[in-house]
Amino acid sequence: MKRLALLLVLLLAVPATAPVAAQERLVFGLSQEEVAITATFDGDDLLIFGAIARESPLPADPAQVIVTISGPTRPVTVRHKERRFGIWVNTEHVLIDAAPSYYAVATSAPLEEVLTYTEDMRYGVTLPHAIRSVGNQVLNSADYTEALMRIRGRQGFYRMMEGEVDFAESTLFRTRMTLPANLTEGAYQARILLTRNGEVVDELHAQIPVFKVGLERWLYNLAQNFAPLYGLLALSLAAFAGWAASAAFSLLRR
Amino acid sequence: MTIYLPIAEVSVSAFLLLGIGGLVGLLSGLFGVGGGFLITPLLFFVGIPPAVAVASSANQIVASSVSALLAHLRRRNVDLVMGMVLLVGGLVGSALGVVVFNILKRVGQVDLAVSLCYVVFLGIVGAMMLAESLRALLRQRAGAVPKRRRHNWVHALPFKMKFRVSGLYISVIPPLMVGLAVGVLAAIMGVGGGFIMVPAMIYLLGMPTKVVIGTSLFQILFVTAFTTMLHAVTSHSVDLVLALLLIVGGVIGAQFGTRIGARMRAEQLRILLALLVLGVCIQLGLELVLHPGDLFSIEAAR
Repeated sequence: MKRLALLLVLLLAVPATAPVAAQERLVFGLSQEEVAITATFDGDDLLIFGAIARESPLPADPAQVIVTISGPTRPVTVRHKERRFGIWVNTEHVLIDAAPSYYAVATSAPLEEVLTYTEDMRYGVTLPHAIRSVGNQVLNSADYTEALMRIRGRQGFYRMMEGEVDFAESTLFRTRMTLPANLTEGAYQARILLTRNGEVVDELHAQIPVFKVGLERWLYNLAQNFAPLYGLLALSLAAFAGWAASAAFSLLRR
Repeated sequence: MTIYLPIAEVSVSAFLLLGIGGLVGLLSGLFGVGGGFLITPLLFFVGIPPAVAVASSANQIVASSVSALLAHLRRRNVDLVMGMVLLVGGLVGSALGVVVFNILKRVGQVDLAVSLCYVVFLGIVGAMMLAESLRALLRQRAGAVPKRRRHNWVHALPFKMKFRVSGLYISVIPPLMVGLAVGVLAAIMGVGGGFIMVPAMIYLLGMPTKVVIGTSLFQILFVTAFTTMLHAVTSHSVDLVLALLLIVGGVIGAQFGTRIGARMRAEQLRILLALLVLGVCIQLGLELVLHPGDLFSIEAAR
């Protein structure tokens, strides 16, 4: 809360930087600028907080806040199983061109009060609008997108957190996002939307880099860029371990 | 304590992986098999992506076979000539297997192919082993002397060669084919192939049991090393941290296994192993036949 207060003070101190056209303006901060995946990484909590700066008196309609965090988007293949000759076999598949590896939406009230359908589509806020699938070969491709959302939702990668943004006095807001342990590397996009009557009034973006550090980073790079060297390293470690075990236990037996 | 595996990109309990390594090491010490056929399905179960599981367990088998091979070399139980012939077949097979593996991966049938291979081979080997050891047990009860090995069609093939340590004079074609088949399986299933090679060497090639395990270890070592290398270069799917945890667990487990194994009779051990192999086979078979929880599965591009 101390940080929030500080932020407010700063806001009030520099009103000159505010654009003239905007009635209301978002300011926000993150509990951390980046997420480092270490060897013992088992998930992380991200605190997103901020305030709404105003030059005019508070309008009558209540303002709402939406926070989204999106992992890097990558193509995903969704496969469907069917029974063939008594066993379950992957038959058809759909390539979804761009699906975020992680996606969480938090709102300050139930979604229908916060955002209209058209605004949702325009800004790509909720998951179905954030996933893109073009040029599908299968008729019922909606089933596949749905399956993707269901599976990633079950794994904790896709979250819908309605009403989980704490919004005090139409000015201060904060929310906590849980990042799972099996995080994909990349630039994560944090987005804050300010809405009124379901219409987006202001939008802010920030990037949160998520990356492996230390040994994890080194091993991954080696495996990707110096594959033969990595293979040899793996083999010599294995051979050494095998030899060491044999030597150690023959010593013990004596 | 969870640990983040850099290549698999999943976070798993380190103790769980040590435990899996230890369990498989225990069994390998007990039964004299590499245990790859257990490690790969167990890793699937823990949530390691199949490609990483297969490639990393190949790396783990390198370690356990080095350790066991050294012991057999000291006792001079290795037919190096036979090992070389098997190896030539094995390397060709392994290269073929990695090509097949990558094709299957592209068409999305890796899981199915690996499971099918497991069900078929574990089923055949487990059933044969069970029948054979039950027969041996019964024969022993009856007090009969085990028969000497017979001549079969293998001895009628051309390109004969002398294998002094095994005391054999047979064609090189059968060992080459055995090596080839095991190489393919090593690459696709992430196993050393001992559970297929050992029966093939005894029943098909007629090698004396004494040198079979040492010789198969020799072949397994080089084939899995080659497979590890190929997987590392073609699909970047060898996870060193995962492999190391499995190795450490395996080394410790194997020592306990050897101690326990020394107190049990060979036939009993083989019946137990046969039951274990059949158990894994049935488990994997059921997964293919029963209705899956979710008909859809996803795979992200890396």
